[in-house]
Amino acid sequence: MGSKASTLLREEEIEEIKKETGFSHSQITRLYSRFTSLDKGENGTLSREDFQRIPELAINPLGDRIINAFFPEGEDQVNFRGFMRILAHFRPIEDNEKKSVAVSEPLNSRTNKLLFAFRLYDLDRDDKISREELLQVLRMMVGVNISDDQLGSIADRTIQEADTNGDNSISFNEFIKVLEKVDVEQKMSIRFLH
Amino acid sequence: QGFFTLVNSLVTVSCGAVDRDVQQTRPDSRPEPPSESTPNQSHADHGHGSSAVGGIPVVTFKWHHVETPYQVALWILVAGLAKLVIEANHHVTNVIPESALLICFGFILGGIIWGADKVQTFKLNPTVFFFYLLPQIILDTGYSMPNKLFFGNMGAILVYAVIGTCWNAASLGLSLWGCHQGGAMGDLDIGLLQYLLFGSLIAAVDPVAVIAVFEQVHVNEVLFILVFGESLLNDGVTVVLFNVFDAFVSLGGARINAVEIIKGIISFFVVAFGGSLLGLVFGLLISLLTKVTQKVKIIEPAFVFVLGYLSYLTAEMLSLSSILSITFCGVSCQKYINANMAESSVSTVRYVMKVFANGSETIIFVFLGISAIDTEIWVWNTGFILLTLFFIFVYRIIGVFFLTWILNRYRLVPVEFIDQVIMSYGGLRGAVAYGLATLLNESKIKEKNLMICTTLLVVYFTVILQGITMKPLVNWLKVKKAAVSELTLIEKLQSKVFDHMLVAIEDISGQIGHNYMRDKWNQFEERWMTRILMKKSVRKSRDCVFKVFHQLNLKDAMSYVAEGERRGSLEFVRNESAFIDFKKKFVDDCSGAMPDITACMSDDYSAMSSMSRIDQVPSVSLEMHEQNMKGVRETEDINTHHLLQQHLYKGRKQHRHRYSRSHFNVNKDENEVQEIFQRTMRNRLESFKSAKMGVSPPKKISKHTKKDQQQKNGKRYFSERIKSMIGNVCIPLTPFPLGPAGIENPAYIPDLDPMAAEIPPWLAEYDAGPVAPSQRAQLRLPWTPSDLGRLAPLRISTRSNDSFAQADAPAAQQKDDEPPTPSKRDGRNM
Repeated sequence: MGSKASTLLREEEIEEIKKETGFSHSQITRLYSRFTSLDKGENGTLSREDFQRIPELAINPLGDRIINAFFPEGEDQVNFRGFMRILAHFRPIEDNEKKSVAVSEPLNSRTNKLLFAFRLYDLDRDDKISREELLQVLRMMVGVNISDDQLGSIADRTIQEADTNGDNSISFNEFIKVLEKVDVEQKMSIRFLH
Repeated sequence: QGFFTLVNSLVTVSCGAVDRDVQQTRPDSRPEPPSESTPNQSHADHGHGSSAVGGIPVVTFKWHHVETPYQVALWILVAGLAKLVIEANHHVTNVIPESALLICFGFILGGIIWGADKVQTFKLNPTVFFFYLLPQIILDTGYSMPNKLFFGNMGAILVYAVIGTCWNAASLGLSLWGCHQGGAMGDLDIGLLQYLLFGSLIAAVDPVAVIAVFEQVHVNEVLFILVFGESLLNDGVTVVLFNVFDAFVSLGGARINAVEIIKGIISFFVVAFGGSLLGLVFGLLISLLTKVTQKVKIIEPAFVFVLGYLSYLTAEMLSLSSILSITFCGVSCQKYINANMAESSVSTVRYVMKVFANGSETIIFVFLGISAIDTEIWVWNTGFILLTLFFIFVYRIIGVFFLTWILNRYRLVPVEFIDQVIMSYGGLRGAVAYGLATLLNESKIKEKNLMICTTLLVVYFTVILQGITMKPLVNWLKVKKAAVSELTLIEKLQSKVFDHMLVAIEDISGQIGHNYMRDKWNQFEERWMTRILMKKSVRKSRDCVFKVFHQLNLKDAMSYVAEGERRGSLEFVRNESAFIDFKKKFVDDCSGAMPDITACMSDDYSAMSSMSRIDQVPSVSLEMHEQNMKGVRETEDINTHHLLQQHLYKGRKQHRHRYSRSHFNVNKDENEVQEIFQRTMRNRLESFKSAKMGVSPPKKISKHTKKDQQQKNGKRYFSERIKSMIGNVCIPLTPFPLGPAGIENPAYIPDLDPMAAEIPPWLAEYDAGPVAPSQRAQLRLPWTPSDLGRLAPLRISTRSNDSFAQADAPAAQQKDDEPPTPSKRDGRNM
């Protein structure tokens, strides 16, 4: 049957993930069972197909992009740590966390959440959302009744609004700035069941 | 409109005269059906007169002969005309909900009748209401209930229905009693128990009123199902409370002890669960019946209605909750009867239900209006009435917010503030409360008329006032949220991005879809219920359809890829006018089952929410039309914003509820979903294709160097890759897995191992190149392809002359022999 990853999650691993992501013990075990149920190949990692098998993602405009976000640069497999790392972005920010001044920023901080969102646009990782990249995302998000011209003008307008240094693309800082009024914490959080 | 008022006034004015006549001749109390009578008094006189003269009367006027049915028919006619008039004025109905208008119309009618009669001859008789007007409305709602949504939110609904209603009743009763003790109501002869009784009858939110008003206000489906489900399920509580307190009032306060109270609590469970079970039993009966009615399609709809009605009456007979019974009857049978019955029967049932429900609702509201004009019940007690109104409002708000606060700690998708406001404001009381009030025993409850009056006033207040102000309130709240700052384009876009992201992550992390109980139920349902309750032919044809779909997908995808290769470029993929019409293929291939299936597909499509799409075969045809809209070039800021706003896809949470009393149209959200789906599949196919071609797609990073790239394996991996790609295409479309076991995870595609051995010749020469082998391929030892037949799937049609098909015949048979192996891993699920 090939090399089957151990199906039991070891305590040390759980502790490590807990420290890194901030999830609770029960949340981690629950998500682990979800992970294994998605993992048809039973080798402890998920491939893109495993994600694509989730039917609802096919009818989500950003489904494939988000699947992509799980896979680190150039990789084709994601293990449980990587899985949790991405999911950690969506953990709600608890009040006590807001006050604590951690050495390294927790994964679900506002900046990191925004970085995740930013990377959805910025596929080539050049830290800029070019007009092309924006157009791609726009194209995915709107219906077919809108022509390319119109879409192009929307994209131009959008960049205009956000671009402060005139390079016709949106950098991460500009992105943060333009979204400063948005309640990112709330909009990008899911309650993970205990 | 003029014509209508003329007819109406003519009719009603004369009714008074004739009625007086008739009343004298019929000493017994007026029979149930509300009546309105007919032509002129003069005729009556003539009629009577002519019969007194000797000889054969050429024409006689036999009013008594036809009185009852005539009156019934006339009332229905009047109600229908009223609705016609109202529907003609949409600008009015946008502001004032239809129900309010109908009540006002009832006022007018009641006034006319009273003016003619000096006494209110027509009232909303509780017997008529509970036996003839209410059941069809509830049956309609049960039948059209979005099941997944309903059961998914069942916990919340139950909390609101049971705890919320009890809270409403208790708090209202006690507060009123407290005020009574405090002297706010003057001199009333009502004891604590009677206050509690009154509280229980007025506490319940009314399903009829809720639908009527919520149709105007478009709310998201979760909110709708919460309020609506609550209004349906709280009947169980209302019935129990009402009966219990009624019994207590009859017994007198002295005889109440712990035993009685315990009996009361037990009776709640008995009534509620008994009613629901009874409804389920009837639902199963209907499903079983429709299974055997192929020969008598014409009476299939009759069975549905009759059995539904019987479930209601049986529950009444056993003093269980009849509303719960008929609701669950409709809920449980919908899936099976829609599958079993001929499409014409399904349409008939749907239409007739809507007709009945609409008609009943109209009549109810008109009569609610008419019943007001009755001096008998014009008992005014400022304290009582005003306090009731006030308390109802306040306690509803308190109840909703408190319960929601508790629920939100456990809910996956919390109920937002604005939703809570709408929920508390939308707690409308309606005819059920009035019906219950008229059932009060006058001898025990001296102040019955006051209670009736108060109930009516509460109903009017909630339906008319709250109905009218609901929409502006919602708009104001929503606008208020948005108007804080005018959003920039990117904020708008990003907000939608967030929505979609959240939904996707929820799905990935299994927050909503992955539910142990639901999976278990689905498995059970697949295994037993569908087998027993659905016609064999229907099950088979569903299988057939999916097999065909599966095959078509595979075949088409491959011919797609082949086409591209032949043309030697990726142009083909980019060509968006490529047109693959599945529907047409369907018709050719699965003709036996076709009419039912297409009907099934399109009907179910419109009836189900997008989340449950997975369970049905959508009528997806991979049409890739390019809409060349050469719109005017929008350069203005406002226009751009507007454009974006208009065209952004709605996230899952925002899809409107599909239940509507009067409309059948396919919700355009489906088009959205189809578009997204097609696009996703196209992209996946594209990326697969580019991977295959060795051209790395511009934005996708494909470093597969770590993987094994042996030639032999390459080919196998490639076919695996196709299958998994295509398998993914088919997955959302497969409601249940193919195979005898039938217990599998619907998201899992059946293992197509036997086909792995075959490799299409046109692929055999091809260098696989940097193809990423799939998981499964890695695990399994590569086989040597022994049979270089086509990788094309099973034969599509027995009559096909296609060489494909003929070559496939042996392969197909081979495939049929081997059952697809369900994955053992799925057994490990949860």
